[in-house]
Amino acid sequence: MTEILSIDFMQRALIASLLVGAVAPMVGIFVVQRRMSLIGDGMGHVALAGVAVGLVTSQSPVLTALIAAVIAAIAIELLRARGRTTGDMALAIIFYGGIAAGVVIISKAPDGTPANLVRYLFGSILTTQRSDLYVFAALAAVILVTVWVLRPRLFAVANDEEYARAVGLPVLPLNLVLAVLTATTVVVSMRVVGLLLISALMIVPNATAQLFVGSFGSGLRWAMVIGLACAVGGVMVSYPLNTPSGGTIVLVAIGIFILASLGTSIAAWLRRGGHSMSEPHEPAVGSGFRPGVVPGVECDPDSPVPASAERPVASTGSPNPPPPSTKGVAP
Amino acid sequence: MSQEAPVLDLRGASFGYGDRPVVSGADLRIRRGEIVAVVGPNGSGKSTLVKGVLGLNQLVAGSVRLFGIPSEDFHDRARVGYVPQRHTLSSSVRATAEEIVATGRLPRLGWFGRLRAIDRQIVARALEVVGLGDRATTEVGTLSGGQQRRVLIARALAGAPDVLIMDEPTAGVDAASQHVLADVLHRLVERDVTMVIVIHELGALASLLTRTISVDGGRIVFDGTPERFERERHLVHHDHDSHHHDDEMPTDIARVPRGPLDEPEVP
Repeated sequence: MTEILSIDFMQRALIASLLVGAVAPMVGIFVVQRRMSLIGDGMGHVALAGVAVGLVTSQSPVLTALIAAVIAAIAIELLRARGRTTGDMALAIIFYGGIAAGVVIISKAPDGTPANLVRYLFGSILTTQRSDLYVFAALAAVILVTVWVLRPRLFAVANDEEYARAVGLPVLPLNLVLAVLTATTVVVSMRVVGLLLISALMIVPNATAQLFVGSFGSGLRWAMVIGLACAVGGVMVSYPLNTPSGGTIVLVAIGIFILASLGTSIAAWLRRGGHSMSEPHEPAVGSGFRPGVVPGVECDPDSPVPASAERPVASTGSPNPPPPSTKGVAP
Repeated sequence: MSQEAPVLDLRGASFGYGDRPVVSGADLRIRRGEIVAVVGPNGSGKSTLVKGVLGLNQLVAGSVRLFGIPSEDFHDRARVGYVPQRHTLSSSVRATAEEIVATGRLPRLGWFGRLRAIDRQIVARALEVVGLGDRATTEVGTLSGGQQRRVLIARALAGAPDVLIMDEPTAGVDAASQHVLADVLHRLVERDVTMVIVIHELGALASLLTRTISVDGGRIVFDGTPERFERERHLVHHDHDSHHHDDEMPTDIARVPRGPLDEPEVP
């Protein structure tokens, strides 16, 4: 352990993984909420074209990747806002155009070897430069602060865009901010996770957290904790195994997801077992309704109809189901 | 003293999508305190009409004024509360009722404003008004369809709107939940909230209304009292694809519980 921490490139890779592990799920939760889970994947494709341009022109590939990804993010969001991307064809053209341009341009670069290409696509602990770290830290700080400040509004727009527009929230600017945050996250992650795998670190920790949380706030916090564990754990494991860091991080994330799935399934099964022995099922609401008397709940006919009397649409196996209550709608 | 401007004032308004009008030549003035039902068969244009008022589709012709201000110059959209037609609040990311309702407060807070203690109190009271005070921290996906509609109403109330526009608040909700929903709306009537309710069939909400507007074929074909609408509905309303629930019953207003936000009853 101390041996790993004393190695220069491992120190840089671990710092980069800390930054990635925190910000990728933080941005990812809004992407998941908007049901655009693969958008980060597409931006990774476009960022490759930026990397290629950087290598050919001897510019910083991080900077050129950031410019390419941000331009693509804004273009995609504007196309989506104009209702032109429902068939996904415009997205496909941008994404595949990006990766095709990346592969072709990188082949003309002095150090555009296949091995170099693979490092950008799938991540490598060897590639994080000290200068990269400063840029990544600054970008990660911008992402953290922006998401923290705009979090309630990003949540509102991702949750119900039509409502947000109706009540005058700045929907398009907020969506553009989220798109640029996603593009920036892709670039921060390109060294350690790789451009083809970054989407996984935005999505999988959130998918894991959603298995057991009951609120947006706790979902966001848990996703960040899981993201950090995956990123740091993946980098640590990739060194002794001599494996690409990006693939290792994603496999660790998926492993945690599978374990959490099993754990929550077993917990739900145990709860159902206990429930069926102790409580009979309620009769269906909707038949024989009388004001003041709701099937399944005893109440005084003169008291208000209890809100809790309505049956849930579906049980999602929440770990904290609301307790049955006979409390009325007014004191 | 000058007369108060109507809450909504539509003159020859046509609404649609991509310059194609779905609703044409709508003339309508709604004043403060009115409880207006917008009825009509599926595809008649009633949802398009209210979405036009909300700025969610294009105003193709005519004019719309909100609180006396032309819609293109009306920026204080938080004054218009909107309860959209949504059958479920379940999504790929879990959220509590409180978190959803808190988003209704945001239009009052500007770009960077944070929820303060007073805003959280307003959110809590909005949940209490709709009878979900004890479900604030419940994940919305585990609530019943009727409870989820009430969460949406609470979200609109959290913005302290001057008018509440509801799109099919009872659609897909069982009869028992419709009555609980009617109780909530009765309580809002007592609080002098102006309401425009798009609804397929009046059902449990009939006793609330002060006015009924019927839309058919993209035009307003009736505008009058609910009583006159009941008498004349066979003349103005095509029942070709409407549905109604036989088990719907009128609600006894005297039984409606009073919420904590309500003024105390005067003996």
